[in-house]
Amino acid sequence: MADIAFLLLIFFLVTTTIETDAGLDRMLPRKTNEPITIDYQRKNILQLVLDKEGGLMVNEELIDLKDLREKVSQFVDNGGALRQDENYCAYCKGNADPTSSDNPKKAVVGINTHRETSYGTYIIIQNELVAAYNQLRNREAERLYETTYTDMEETYQKPGTSAAQKKELKNKIKHLQLLYPLNILEPQQI
Amino acid sequence: MSKFRKKVTEQPEVSTASLPDIVFMLLFFFMTVTVMKDTALKVENELPNASEVKKLEKKDRIITIYVGGPNQQYRELLGETARIQLEDKFADVSEVGPYVLGRLAEMPEALRPFVTISLKVDKRANMGLVIDIKEVLRDVGVFKINYTTYEGDAFMNVP
Repeated sequence: MADIAFLLLIFFLVTTTIETDAGLDRMLPRKTNEPITIDYQRKNILQLVLDKEGGLMVNEELIDLKDLREKVSQFVDNGGALRQDENYCAYCKGNADPTSSDNPKKAVVGINTHRETSYGTYIIIQNELVAAYNQLRNREAERLYETTYTDMEETYQKPGTSAAQKKELKNKIKHLQLLYPLNILEPQQI
Repeated sequence: MSKFRKKVTEQPEVSTASLPDIVFMLLFFFMTVTVMKDTALKVENELPNASEVKKLEKKDRIITIYVGGPNQQYRELLGETARIQLEDKFADVSEVGPYVLGRLAEMPEALRPFVTISLKVDKRANMGLVIDIKEVLRDVGVFKINYTTYEGDAFMNVP
């Protein structure tokens, strides 16, 4: 008896693959017939260019991949608009540099990738972007709700969370996403 | 002296009566946890690492697209350039659209808006193919994608 059970056990042990399905969620932009022209001011765009060797240029300045997170969060959280301006960002804690973004809602990150860039490098960029935004959202979540954004998302995903709780969390998450919307632009290569 | 020695020699054996029970318990655990692989991978698929990942739940609304260089056994025939694998065969970029639409049609209508495309791309692959796939997905009208990764330090992705 035990022998047969052992045999089966070993079989299942060998065939088991614990699936690793986790990753970075992204929404693709909708397709339009005419090219979208954006009337954004230059200062509201953070231009990332990734070349085929994996070098990264941010606003025409070569930087190390490790510094990207700091750079992005500085840019997004800058809040350069003046107090009397309609774009004034009350919750930003950045340097208020007038040559950088006005408001997180206005801030856009553009990613230009060369076709020969390795996918691994691209994922680093995407990961650092999410990390920068999560950092800012976490900060706001702690100020407003005394928890972190990532924790809230985790609770939302958990199967045990009740519907009422979920609704409440969803509102909070939506609000935070509105404060720091993830605006990524991937212009097409010509 | 001899009396004393007698007491020490006899030691009871560990009972193995509960062994089958334990084995069965493990067996049932693995039986329930096991997911049989439904596709044999023909491409190399070493996913990149990322730290800010979200779990992909609910398997019924996920369509997976594999990208990577052909496996050892196909390399002689196909070279080393990255290829797309749909289900269990190699495919061209132009086949991605019809495939996704076909899979969508099989799904119950209620699920269709929530469909996520899981892109399982080898970290050594080039972005060109990924850009093309994303373009096709936009054409088809499926906008939710997930760059499937392992959990870990993203900076390990570059050699």
